[in-house]
Amino acid sequence: MVLAQTIGAALSFSGVGKRYGDGTEALSGIDLTVAPGEFISVIGPSGCGKSTLLRLAAGLTTATQGLVERDARSVGYVFQDPTLLPWRSVQANVELFGELNGLPKAERRRRADEAIALVGLTEFTRRRPHTLSGGMRMRVSLARSLTLEPELLLLDEPFGSLDEITRERLNDELLRMFGARRFAALFVTHSVAEAVFLATRVIVLSPRPGRILAEFHVPFGYPRPGEARFSQEFARIASQVSACLRGPLT
Amino acid sequence: MNGGRTAPRRPWIPPLVLFVVMIGVWYAVSYLLLSPDRRFLLPPPHAVVQVGFLDAANRAELLTGLRLSTEVALIGLAVATVVGVALAIVMAQATWIERSLHPYLVILQTIPILALVPLFGFWFGFGFFTRVLVCVLIALFPIVTNTLFGLLSVDQAHHDLFTLQGAGRLARLWKLQLPAALPSIFTGLRISAGLAVIGAVVGDFFFRQGEPGIGALIDLYRGRLQSEQLFAAVALASLLGLAVFLAFGALSRRVTDWHSTQDGGH
Ligand SMILES: Nc1ncnc2c1ncn2[C@@H]1O[C@H](COP(=O)(O)OP(=O)(O)OP(=O)(O)O)[C@@H](O)[C@H]1O
Ligand SMILES: [Mg+2]
Repeated sequence: MVLAQTIGAALSFSGVGKRYGDGTEALSGIDLTVAPGEFISVIGPSGCGKSTLLRLAAGLTTATQGLVERDARSVGYVFQDPTLLPWRSVQANVELFGELNGLPKAERRRRADEAIALVGLTEFTRRRPHTLSGGMRMRVSLARSLTLEPELLLLDEPFGSLDEITRERLNDELLRMFGARRFAALFVTHSVAEAVFLATRVIVLSPRPGRILAEFHVPFGYPRPGEARFSQEFARIASQVSACLRGPLT
Repeated sequence: MNGGRTAPRRPWIPPLVLFVVMIGVWYAVSYLLLSPDRRFLLPPPHAVVQVGFLDAANRAELLTGLRLSTEVALIGLAVATVVGVALAIVMAQATWIERSLHPYLVILQTIPILALVPLFGFWFGFGFFTRVLVCVLIALFPIVTNTLFGLLSVDQAHHDLFTLQGAGRLARLWKLQLPAALPSIFTGLRISAGLAVIGAVVGDFFFRQGEPGIGALIDLYRGRLQSEQLFAAVALASLLGLAVFLAFGALSRRVTDWHSTQDGGH
């Protein structure tokens, strides 16, 4: 991992490829720059290397080709699963990162309280994960990733397992947080509507090995009202993304 | 749900029924199968209670023996737990450490420790220390293997979480691996608790000096053909094993209540 200070980006991929030890080529020729305050949605068919892209961005795995550069004081990562520690209460789960980074007790408590309030779980701070619904667990995971005030937030289909209503609510919440903090975000999803509604830019990946097929700019600013979902411009971009995802008709 | 087996509504009823049946069989053997002059081979239950437990002097002797054996078993178990968990932690640090220690643990598990008691006595004397040592050696293996299994089977995603925060070995151990291993540690503890009781009771057969534990009493009563007391002592020893097993089961359920129902882990 190299710092990307020279280019002023939070994250940058140049010519990045990833081949796993067993020979599976997950990604190939990825060029992507995420500037501070940019929200990038990544969409692509299952198994095309989206999670791999995030793991590379976080430094959890190394590229076999090209260069990944990152310039963020702190990176938040919301995994595809909530990955909460089942023996810890909601409060203690959200305080975990502060604990691991040696924040003083009062400070990490304050941040956890704030993050928990942000995802609307204040009443549930003393509960253990196994007593929460799937959506609530995902919100705890989201709250946890926000406690360190990340400059780069990586989200791997965080709302993939949720129902439409919860999902839209959490989308709104996420945008509100994005409006308030303006971190750089890389957001993986399977939902075209979600991808377009959240992002400044939508990246479409090809089937494995994932390459960038196309990029779409979303011309809406922030705060982005929920009604934007039903505007004509929104529908136009969404249908373009969708068409690109389906690939050229044969 | 559970493979066509139905769970009884009151789970204590079937064992209770079986208990009554067994007592009945016991009486039947005592009175119908054995002639009065051979009845000492299996004295009826009430005689065992009367002579073994209701007679003050006999009861005091039994309870003293029980206390000593319980002490030996519990101290042995405590030492085995500390040593076992520590060994597992060391083994979890690197495969080469695990590989070098593992054969010796297997040997420890396969040699009949009880057969070595005379040797230990020869070396260390037949005192409290040696009694505890026997329990430790007998109880060690399940704790090491179960703890090691627990430490190593932590979710990769949880490890990634800690890696992202730059967590060191110590933080990973304290805040992730050990808590995640608790259910496995308790599984080991439960097995080892039973073994420690066996170590304390059976090991006792070999300790002729000092205060007699429950095992020595069993041997003594057998030698003197005091069969009521013999059966009372056997019953107490069995109860000790059962009590320890149940206590650790309950403790484990309290401490790891998140385990059986968890899927919030990931
Ligand atoms: N550790 C690994 N070793 C070998 N192959 C892997 C590994 N992790 C992922 N792969 C393979 O790499 C490819 C991309 O995986 P990845 O998890 O990045 O896909 P994804 O786009 O996130 O899929 P999904 O949308 O289903 O989550 C898949 O074919 C997968 O089988
Ligand atoms: Mg994925």
